[in-house]
Amino acid sequence: MSDPKPAPAPQAGGSRASMKKELPEKFRDHKHVWVFVEMERGVVHPVSYELLGEGRKLADQLGVELGGVVMGAPGEDVRNAAKEAFVYGADVVYTVEDAVLQDYRNEPYSKGLTQLVNAHKPEILLLGATTLGRDLAGSVATTLLTGLTADCTELRVDDDKSLAATRPTFGGSLLCTIYTLNYRPQMATVRPRVMPMPERQEGREGRIVPFKIDLVESDIITKILSFMPDRDSNKSNLAFADVVVAGGMGLQSPENYQLVKNLAAVLGAEFGASRPLIQKGWVTSDRQIGQTGKTIRPKLYIAAGISGAIQHRVGVEGADMIVAINTDKNAPIMDFAHLAVVTDAIRFLPALTEAFRKRLSPHSKDRLAG
Amino acid sequence: MHFVVCIKQVPDSAQIRVHPVTNTIMRQGVPTIINPYDLFSLEEALRLRDKVGGEVTVLTMGPPMASDSLRKALTIGADRAVLLTDRFFAGSDTLATSYALAQAIRKIGEVFGTPDIVFAGKQTIDGDTAQVGPGIAKRLDLLQLTYVSAIVDIDDASRSIKLERRSEGGTQLLQSRLPCLITMLEGSNVVRRGKIDDALRAARAEIVTWNAKDAGIEDLQLCGLRGSPTVVKRVFAPAARAEKAAQIELGAKQSETADALIETIFTKMPAIEADLTKLAAGF
Repeated sequence: MSDPKPAPAPQAGGSRASMKKELPEKFRDHKHVWVFVEMERGVVHPVSYELLGEGRKLADQLGVELGGVVMGAPGEDVRNAAKEAFVYGADVVYTVEDAVLQDYRNEPYSKGLTQLVNAHKPEILLLGATTLGRDLAGSVATTLLTGLTADCTELRVDDDKSLAATRPTFGGSLLCTIYTLNYRPQMATVRPRVMPMPERQEGREGRIVPFKIDLVESDIITKILSFMPDRDSNKSNLAFADVVVAGGMGLQSPENYQLVKNLAAVLGAEFGASRPLIQKGWVTSDRQIGQTGKTIRPKLYIAAGISGAIQHRVGVEGADMIVAINTDKNAPIMDFAHLAVVTDAIRFLPALTEAFRKRLSPHSKDRLAG
Repeated sequence: MHFVVCIKQVPDSAQIRVHPVTNTIMRQGVPTIINPYDLFSLEEALRLRDKVGGEVTVLTMGPPMASDSLRKALTIGADRAVLLTDRFFAGSDTLATSYALAQAIRKIGEVFGTPDIVFAGKQTIDGDTAQVGPGIAKRLDLLQLTYVSAIVDIDDASRSIKLERRSEGGTQLLQSRLPCLITMLEGSNVVRRGKIDDALRAARAEIVTWNAKDAGIEDLQLCGLRGSPTVVKRVFAPAARAEKAAQIELGAKQSETADALIETIFTKMPAIEADLTKLAAGF
C-alpha cells in the first residue's frame, strides 16, 4: 500500500458512510466501461450487443468511453466483431489476436483478459452470463481479487459514480443491489435477453487498439480434441420467440402439460415452463423460463398456472403483453401481468386453444394439434 | 486417488416464503437440502473412486448445522466429511468463500492426501452465481473444467483426463491434466441411493470440524464480510406495476371467456393478430 498512515476510523452515521471508504489510490486511474464481446467460431453472441447497449448508457452517465474486448485467432472474425461492436455503441475496441485463442479455453482467455485489464484499467467490466462468460468471469475476478456480481437484471450508476448492480437473491424470491466499493474493475454478468437489443448505428466507427499477450500453445495444458456442434433440433428458440406459452404448478400433473403444448402448436408459439416443473422432471431444462432458465422477450406471453415468483418474473418482464391464467387472483403474477383470467388453467386452456384455432385458421379444423 | 467434493447446504428454494409486509425471508421451517447441482459432482466423484480406487472427501463451509448435509453425503457414499465453520466466515461473498474453501482444501491435502480432482457444483440454487468453483480453481492453480457432461477417461500414471464439456452451441472433447477442478452439468449422471452399509457408517461417522485457524487460515481479513469486495446494500421486493392485471370477466362457458380474452388481446395489441395468423399458418 502506498499510504503509510493508519486507516481512518470508520465514520459513524448512515450505512453508506460506514461502508464506503475512499477508493484506494491504486484504483484511482481505473476508467471507462468495458464489455467483453463473446465470440465463438466467428459468431458474436447477441448478449454482447445487449451489453454494449447497457454499457453505452453507463459510459454516458460517467462521461467515459465504452470499450469492447474482442479475443480470437488472428483473422477476419476479430475485425468483423470489432466493427459490429462500433455499430452497437463501442468507442474503442481492444483486439487480442493470437492462435491460442482459436476456441474458448479457460486458461488462455482468462490470462489474456487479465493482462488486458491490468494494462488498460477499466472501472467497469461486463460479460454475458453464458457458459463461456461465467467460466471466464469467475477466473478473472478471482485473479484480480475484485468483486463480481452474477446475473444482474439492472445496472445503474450511483450518485457517487459507483456501479449499482441489482440481481435476484435467495433463490429468486427477492432482489438485492450489490456494490463493489473499494476494488476495481467492478465486474458483472448479465444473462442473454435480460437487456434490450440496442439499435444498430450503421457506419458508426471507432478506434481499434491491438493488444499482444505473451502466451504460447505449448504452455497451455488443456487441448481441444474435437467439437461437436448441437443439432438444431436440440435447440428451443424460446429466447427469441414472438409468442410463448408456459405452464406452472397449477397444471397439477405432468400429463396436463400437453395442454400448454396444444395451445403453443395452434399459435405457432414456443412453449416453456416455470422452475418447479423442471425440478420435478415434468419438462426438460431447456424449456425453463426464469432467472436460472431462459429470459424471454416475446410480444405475447401466456402463463398458465404460474404463480410468478421473482425468479420467474425477471425472466418474462420484457414481454410486451403478459396474460396470466391462475385460480388465485392474489398470486404475485397479478402484479406484473397485463391481463388475467382468474380460472383453472386445466379447464381453460382447451377452450382457449379451440377459440384461437377458430379465430386464426377457421377453414382448417383438421389441423388441431395433437 | 483422492477426490474432494465441495457441497453447500441450501434452503429448499421451492419452500422459501417472503414475508408480505417486511419483505424478509421467512426461514423458520424451511427444510435444507444439499444443493442439487452438487449431487451430480458427488456422484461423478464416487463413480471415479469406484473405478480407479481411492477416497472421496466432502467439504462444506457453513454453520454447525451444515453437518446434516455432510452426513447425507456420507450416506450416499462419501468416505470422509469436513465441516469448515467459524463466525469469521459470516457474510462471505464468492471471493471470500473461494478463499476459505481453497485454504481448507490445502489443509485436507496436508492431512488426508493431496486431491487429484476437486469437484464443485455448477452453481447453487440460492446464490446462482457459478463463481465459487472457478474461484477455488484459480486460488489453487488447478486447471478449470466447468460444465462437464462426461468424464471419458482418467489415467493416474500419465496424470491425464479426457472429458466432454458443454460450451456455447456444442460440446468440446477436451484433453487435460490432473490436478484439476471440475463442475458437472446437471443430468450428466444419475445420483445413487446410498447403500445400507453407508447409512450405518454415516450415522456413526465423525465429521471433521475445523475453524478458520484449524484450516490454516491466518489472515482473517480475507474472510467473511471483511474479505468480500462486494457489499449488499439493499434487499427488496420488486414494485408491482402501477396497475394490476386487468381481469377478464368470466363467461357462462369457458369458450365465452376464451373469446373475451382473445378480443381483449387483439384490441390492446392490434398488430398481434396479423403476427399470430402468420405464425399459425407457419404451423
